[in-house]
Amino acid sequence: MAQKMKFRDPQLAKRIAEKIHKLAPRQRNVKICHVCGTHEWTITHFGIRSLLPTNVEVIAGPGCPVCTVPASEIDEAVQLASKGVVVACFGDVLRVPGSKMSLLDAKAEGADVRIVYSVSDAVRMAEKESNKEFGFFAIGFETTAPSTAAEIMHEPPENLSFLVSHRLIPPAMKLLVEMKDLSLNGLIAPGHVSTIIGLQPYEVLPKLYYMPTVVAGFEPLDVLFGVYMILKQLQEGKPRLENEYTRAVRWEGNTKAQEVMAKVFGIADGGWRGIGTIPSSKLKLHDEYVAHDAHLKHNVKVEHGVDIQPGCSCHLIIIGKIRPTECPLFMKTCTPQKPVGACMVSIEGTCRIWAKTINTLRK
Amino acid sequence: MCLAIPAKVVSVKEDKARVDFGEGVLREVSVTLVDAKIGDYVLVHAGYAIQVLDEKEALETIRLWNEILEAEVKTQKN
Repeated sequence: MAQKMKFRDPQLAKRIAEKIHKLAPRQRNVKICHVCGTHEWTITHFGIRSLLPTNVEVIAGPGCPVCTVPASEIDEAVQLASKGVVVACFGDVLRVPGSKMSLLDAKAEGADVRIVYSVSDAVRMAEKESNKEFGFFAIGFETTAPSTAAEIMHEPPENLSFLVSHRLIPPAMKLLVEMKDLSLNGLIAPGHVSTIIGLQPYEVLPKLYYMPTVVAGFEPLDVLFGVYMILKQLQEGKPRLENEYTRAVRWEGNTKAQEVMAKVFGIADGGWRGIGTIPSSKLKLHDEYVAHDAHLKHNVKVEHGVDIQPGCSCHLIIIGKIRPTECPLFMKTCTPQKPVGACMVSIEGTCRIWAKTINTLRK
Repeated sequence: MCLAIPAKVVSVKEDKARVDFGEGVLREVSVTLVDAKIGDYVLVHAGYAIQVLDEKEALETIRLWNEILEAEVKTQKN
């Protein structure tokens, strides 16, 4: 787009930051939570927090779909790999710790674990090597789930099954708002999840919880305007749902993707690493498609796993209760090279993003 | 994981499209989930185009931002 750089215009950013300073309440603190790893990246990378008044805090919620995969589901993928099934997964998930080992550890021990860019790559691999069994580790929020659903609907090869671990974001946002000790004053809804689900699923947040909610894009100015819009709503005392990311998010979302998802998946309660079970937050295959379920096909099932290693604070960081720098392990025993907790693994994990920025600042 | 990158559609063949991420990076992606035509900008996530970007809306956003900021300047002058 010709106007692309406008979304990163430092002069505009300076002016909107000044406006935010004027709009921020004098007497109280404002806490705004976002739930997207890419938002955290933008905020940290571009130093957005340093532009905000000291009493306006932006915290990171459970917005990294890799960090939130419970250890039990990593254990299932490891179990699948140990049974001789080729496990195809996104690169981010490879080093996420399970109860005892990660998929990378399993690979080091000889299991066939392959990184794919897309579920379509797993399909191509399975077609090419029809003598082997393949399992696709389907993780991700609503942004990723439609692609898994689309491949399942189009009759994937018989030697490919799916370990479905997709999660839904609106139930997690509802949970954050219900956590009274977090004392949130506003929510920035994730832009790319919203391109799929649209705005309707967030309506409950301002209506029932009086929580200002703004869908924002991922350029620095998008985030700054998102913060501005929330502060404006707070000033007016009129919490509502607004869309800042109109160039990608329509009210109805991507209806084609929603239909594909609804056809293939039903909704169940799901465990989130460090959080516990969130009602109606997990996708599961409809009965019609259970033949593609890797759990059933290869008899893998792990009920409980060890989500948090001793000393790790991922369970507090994932809901924004503490900052990565407040964790005793951060950049000491837990580093991007040798992560202890899941938040340090994925490039969208809060600790990993902070670690990278700290390193950049030191240089 | 939820990262999506904008790319320009170069050609479309059934449910696949060749897209240009800029600086010569071309890749085939699936367009099953969107109605994309040549010249459109799409958001690509994990090999799938998940939405067509609206250039008019992008320009409108920038116009709106400037309007908000201009309004502030005017208020100050008054």
